[in-house]
Amino acid sequence: MAAIDKVRIVVVGDAGVGKTSLVHLISHNEPISHPYWTIGCSVEVKLHEYKAGTPEEKLYFVELWDVGGWSAHKNSRNIFYNSVHGIVLVHDLTNRKSQQNLRKWLSEILNRDSRSQSDEGEYDAEQFAGSSIPIVVVGTKLDLVQPINEKGNNLRLSSIADECGADEINLDCKHVRHLAAGTSNAVRLSRFFDKVIQHRFHSKDSTVCELYVFV
Amino acid sequence: MSFIFDSCVMFFSLVIFFGGGWVFFLKKLFRDYEVQHWVVLLIFSVTFALSCTMFELIIFEILGVLDSSSRYFHWKLELYVTLFTEIVVLPFYIAYFTVSNIQMLPQARYIRVLLTFVAWCGSMYFFWKIGDPFPILSPKHGILSIEQCIGRIGVIGVTIMAVLSGFGAVNYPYTCMSYFVRPVSDADIQSLEKRLMQTMDMIVMKKKRIAMAKRDSLLHSGANKEQRSIWSMVKSFTCTDNVSVLKEETRALEELSRQLFLESVDLHNEQERKEYLKTFKGKYFNLLGHFFSVYCVWKIFMATINIVFDRVGKVDPVTRGIEIAVDYLGIQFDVRFWSQHISFWLVGIIIVTSIRGLLITLTKFFYAIASSKSSNIIVLCLAQIMGMYFVSCVLLMRMNMPIEYRSIITEVLGDLKFNFYHRWFDVIFLISALSSIGFLYMAHKQSPLETEVKGYTT
Repeated sequence: MAAIDKVRIVVVGDAGVGKTSLVHLISHNEPISHPYWTIGCSVEVKLHEYKAGTPEEKLYFVELWDVGGWSAHKNSRNIFYNSVHGIVLVHDLTNRKSQQNLRKWLSEILNRDSRSQSDEGEYDAEQFAGSSIPIVVVGTKLDLVQPINEKGNNLRLSSIADECGADEINLDCKHVRHLAAGTSNAVRLSRFFDKVIQHRFHSKDSTVCELYVFV
Repeated sequence: MSFIFDSCVMFFSLVIFFGGGWVFFLKKLFRDYEVQHWVVLLIFSVTFALSCTMFELIIFEILGVLDSSSRYFHWKLELYVTLFTEIVVLPFYIAYFTVSNIQMLPQARYIRVLLTFVAWCGSMYFFWKIGDPFPILSPKHGILSIEQCIGRIGVIGVTIMAVLSGFGAVNYPYTCMSYFVRPVSDADIQSLEKRLMQTMDMIVMKKKRIAMAKRDSLLHSGANKEQRSIWSMVKSFTCTDNVSVLKEETRALEELSRQLFLESVDLHNEQERKEYLKTFKGKYFNLLGHFFSVYCVWKIFMATINIVFDRVGKVDPVTRGIEIAVDYLGIQFDVRFWSQHISFWLVGIIIVTSIRGLLITLTKFFYAIASSKSSNIIVLCLAQIMGMYFVSCVLLMRMNMPIEYRSIITEVLGDLKFNFYHRWFDVIFLISALSSIGFLYMAHKQSPLETEVKGYTT
């Protein structure tokens, strides 16, 4: 076990969007039975095969740090953002404000070192470009939105995903089939993990620039 | 002619207050939520606008603006609409949203409406029952008169007012004054955070071991499907035993990490308070806190006196102040003129601070307990509390106004036993203030800093 490397990914979003359910679904492959409000931070661990199916296949530990979203706890959350290798931004598909607040979350993580944080810290695209941490944007509670948007894929792509060049996943954390092996969501998620590991350990040999196509 | 003009003025001010309530709702309350049911926003803004226009009518009464009969008419109109909203509309919608939220019930529309109606009838029954232990029923009134409804709303509203006042009177000096700020240094916070991260690392390590054990058992069970020897069964048994032990340990560590995190939040808050007190604004509020604490002690003292000696103030503070000025200090001035102006300022300040205080309290309360599922219900409950609060505000304010301005309130609200409400306010205020003192004292004593210090010394 000591020989297996690890990467740390932090999962952030407003309170109640479903981060704990998402993290539980990813790490245990089953929906959570009784989700409680997360106080502080809860960690789950997933074993991930980097570049599965190729000769360079290697096992890594992916630590998912699920940070509680209460605004009252904002002043103490900074310690969880140290040495972060990947960011998962979670928003609620039924609540557009949670998507707009993702900017504040991103700026909170990127500005963790400055003591005097203004309350409405806005995310700066240039600041992000400098750090180049891999990001993925996840929309939850798809089952509550789908009956309304029945005419095909009407879900607007989030602008923050566009700006960061991040992948986007929309799912319902109560059913395993959204992340079953072979679905486009699972493919995108494992591609994100690969990107994080690559960014952390193999940044020298990332010469190929991949284009992500949204379906 | 003047009636139409007066009605236009009232309608215009109603629209302004409606807009104010709308903006407050969208910008402050529903800061993090999307508005999915516009009826909630509408009801909240209407309740707010009605309450504000009621206060406006009091001010008009003092200043003598608008025609007296049209004022009276608008008073009655406002009151009826407010009562209708409070008693019929708000409980109905609260019940409707609560019923829609419960997953277990069938979601067909007519079932929801039916259940809502049943819940509404139940709440009406309880509302009626509240009035029984209190001296509201008077032989002069019929069973379904306005006074019955106002009486009951008054009781609930006065209780809420007294609880909030009592708690606020004690809490405000506690938060503002530097005497109560506990000394927190950077080193304290850093050592606590280090402990927290160490706990998190231990949790991660245990979870990794659980994950590896699960993976190993998966591989082993896959390989040894044909040969289920005793040895492999024993190995798998001890494996699961190990895993359950690890899971228990992880749960305990997670509980510890939550405690440490909450302590860290506490320490950060104390440090922020200390830094705030160093600023100019902080020093100003610190000074204000000293004066206010004296006022609060006096108020608690007066409440006790009122209850013990069964005293009811007959004269309002304005007239009494003028009496003192004229009799003892010998200042001669036009009593009527000054009485009107001083009443205006006093009542105006009371109204503004009540509204502002209530809105701030409601916002804090909403942020603390709302979630995306319950936001609609909570905001409607807050609108109900707000309506009742403002009606009782009007009721109690009668005591603060000189006699000539009191008459309109007495006329409009009917023949209520106003003295009872003041006594009830004093009782609840006293209880609330004393229990807040006890509660804050215990919270102060059990602070994490105290336990930290004790931990280092033992």
